[in-house]
Amino acid sequence: MTSLTLVRRIAARPSIVFDALTTPGGIARWWGPDDGPVLLAETDVRPGGRFRVRFRMLDGSEHESTGEYIEVAKPTRLVMSWRWTHGGEPDEADEESRVEVDLRPLDSGCELTFTHSRLRTDASRASHEQGWSGALDKLARHFATGTGGEP
Amino acid sequence: MAKFHGSQLDRTFAALVDPTRRAILARLEQEGSVSVGELARPFAIKLPAVMKHLDVLDTAGLITRSKKGRTVAVRLAPEPMQEALDWLRRYERFWSASLDRLAAYAEAEEAKAGVEKKQESTA
Repeated sequence: MTSLTLVRRIAARPSIVFDALTTPGGIARWWGPDDGPVLLAETDVRPGGRFRVRFRMLDGSEHESTGEYIEVAKPTRLVMSWRWTHGGEPDEADEESRVEVDLRPLDSGCELTFTHSRLRTDASRASHEQGWSGALDKLARHFATGTGGEP
Repeated sequence: MAKFHGSQLDRTFAALVDPTRRAILARLEQEGSVSVGELARPFAIKLPAVMKHLDVLDTAGLITRSKKGRTVAVRLAPEPMQEALDWLRRYERFWSASLDRLAAYAEAEEAKAGVEKKQESTA
């Protein structure tokens, strides 16, 4: 259960967000953590089709990931496998994880729920019990504040 | 990244999966150095079981044990946990920043689509 979930409310209809997620032109506008360019974006948006995206960060490092579309339900749901093929997390070059995106329509746009799961498969296999990440966060807060005790 | 190898990360996560071990770590974090006997007291399990948990934490590099006379003092070694967190945070940063940019782009596209619609209806 090593996974990461993020939620965003976006003032745009689901179909526009879905296109931004899946078209090369859309991907080129947002993929990557900083303003570095997307160098390559290829998508074949159908179950069994593949994507490949390469981007350069402002520090000059290049990263590429690839994967296969597993579920394509435009404009509400997208599931794909994920693998770093260049840069990224070198430890996980051979590890396949999973990305799920759900788009729920709202009056003023949509709510996007993004989950990157099956990170570190070995660890995931070991973790049948829940809650380590919450505990980890709690401990991390202790370290971060450096108070070493209850407030 | 050199010392940040996969098996260490897996050991850290495997060690953190167990609630008893997390409780032990949380207590060490608050109290610094605690003897094995003191650590075992709040738990409804026998000392050998606690020792096993401590072995797992020790193997993962999350605690250190030092013997003073007849008591063994246990201390937290937070570094592997920090590394595990850093690893997860890297993913979080990547996606969080990307999704912020995605939202901004989609909202600009929505605004554009809205304007075009308006122009159509007024034309």
